Amino acid sequence: MIVLLGVVVVILGFVTRRNPVLVVGVAGIVTGLLGKMSPPEVLAAFGRSFADSRSVTVFAIVLPVIGLLERYGLREQARHLIGRLGRLSAGRFLTVYLLVRQVTAAFGLNSIGGPAQTVRPLVAPMAEAAAERSAGAKLPDRLREKVRSYSASADTVGVFFGEDCFIAIGSILLITGFVNSTYQQHIEPTQLALWAIPLAVCAFVIHGARLLLLDRQLEREMALAAAEHDLPLPEGADK
Amino acid sequence: MIKVEWLYWLIGLVFVVMAVQMAADRSNPKRWTSAAFWGLLGLTFPYGTGVANATAHNGDWTLPAEPLGVAVLALIGLAGFNFLGKGVPVTTTAEQRDASAKRLGSKIFVPALTIPLVAIVCASVLDESGLFESGKATLLGLGLGCVVALVVGMLVTGEKRLSVPIHSGRSMLEAMGSALVLPQLLAVLGSIFAAAGVGTQVGDIVNDVLPDDSKYLAVITYCVGMFLFTVIMGNAFAAFPVMTAAIGWPVLIQQMHGNEPAVLAIGMLAGFSGTLCTPMAANFNIVPATLLELKDQYGPIKAQLPTGIALLGCCTVIMSLFAF
Repeated sequence: MIVLLGVVVVILGFVTRRNPVLVVGVAGIVTGLLGKMSPPEVLAAFGRSFADSRSVTVFAIVLPVIGLLERYGLREQARHLIGRLGRLSAGRFLTVYLLVRQVTAAFGLNSIGGPAQTVRPLVAPMAEAAAERSAGAKLPDRLREKVRSYSASADTVGVFFGEDCFIAIGSILLITGFVNSTYQQHIEPTQLALWAIPLAVCAFVIHGARLLLLDRQLEREMALAAAEHDLPLPEGADK
Repeated sequence: MIKVEWLYWLIGLVFVVMAVQMAADRSNPKRWTSAAFWGLLGLTFPYGTGVANATAHNGDWTLPAEPLGVAVLALIGLAGFNFLGKGVPVTTTAEQRDASAKRLGSKIFVPALTIPLVAIVCASVLDESGLFESGKATLLGLGLGCVVALVVGMLVTGEKRLSVPIHSGRSMLEAMGSALVLPQLLAVLGSIFAAAGVGTQVGDIVNDVLPDDSKYLAVITYCVGMFLFTVIMGNAFAAFPVMTAAIGWPVLIQQMHGNEPAVLAIGMLAGFSGTLCTPMAANFNIVPATLLELKDQYGPIKAQLPTGIALLGCCTVIMSLFAF
């Protein structure tokens, strides 16, 4: 039972917002020692599993290529491409983005999007613009926040439930690495990627439907806000 | 035969080259400690070959694991106590990028698409050819894809200096900081949890509660367990070894003969559903809120929560129906 204290360390660390790297390190040491390993054994366990999980960090080799392409206008060209989609409502635009994000991630291009790369500069402003165009008015702050939150969600759901259909992604490699070394199996990444497809479809249907419903919510709330503005102003208020 | 270790050496080399550049970058206020971090990380890749050989009882040269453990703790110290900094990236202006985007048009997507294309060809067509170390074709395909894409990218853009992609890649590395090694460290934590018996402990508790031979209850326990554990740990990678050792492997696969890839892949995705719902997964849920300047830092989580719970339901149903 006492080894479960390592889990408690992780929870406490994150609740108190410590640096995650530090939390993971401390939790590892605590768990190892509580699990009756000697300090050299703990060190060896750290070293051995760090060596065995090197495949998780392999994606770093993508960075120079993407960096080069961004320098030559990859993002700008993506913007042109998305710009051609033209007059869409916020919900439909985000649904299209969800689909694009899922499909590109399924082809291993998961660093094409992201909160910093696409959501802040591209997706959120475009979704906001689309919402304002359909409403014919500026969005109140609360709805603006909502559109932005949904923009972030389209990106996250898209990448999570797209990337596992790609064979060279960290999570797939982690599964094969863990199972093949712990249980002496020979599971191939492609078999796992295949089983990610039904859930990718579910994720698109569910989150896509919720994004489309966002349009109606916005419409309703905008109508409410407009109705409030139409109320007769109290006597003496000169506005 | 191309060995996966060669790819690790290449990555180690890239990190070391970037570390040397960092040490010379005066615009980075923490250039020495940053260089130490990335350089040390680079060196763990070739050193890891010796450790992996020793673990696998490979006849080749072997190295002890303890010094690597010390290096990992040093990496944790450097990243954990905020010794990583970034320099000012030398890059193009918005106008220059617009102009080159116009000039190159959609050709600029070609190198980006080369990476997955090469990876898929290697994993499917060339896997049987004996060209790659067996079982490593996917990973090697990714590495090869990047090398090919870099060449294609330099041809397409007309860039002649290799230092340009290295510098751009380094800027992205500095921007990501310790987030880049966090998945690897979480994998370490997962295997230490497994070695210390956290999985078996959780499994014992589960087995006390779970009635025998109840397939559906076992599936629900595995999926919901992955979900909750991920909400706590903030990462499905850390939850996966624990829950799989506790119930996924012994109960669902060994006892109930579930289809291995189905159980494992869907179990991981149940964890991903949990990632959508937790502030612990800061990089996915809290960072976007700050980037988008939201007043409510839980805005993205609120937008994702119903989807995450619905997807947990889908995982449970799909696993129950198709994995046995």
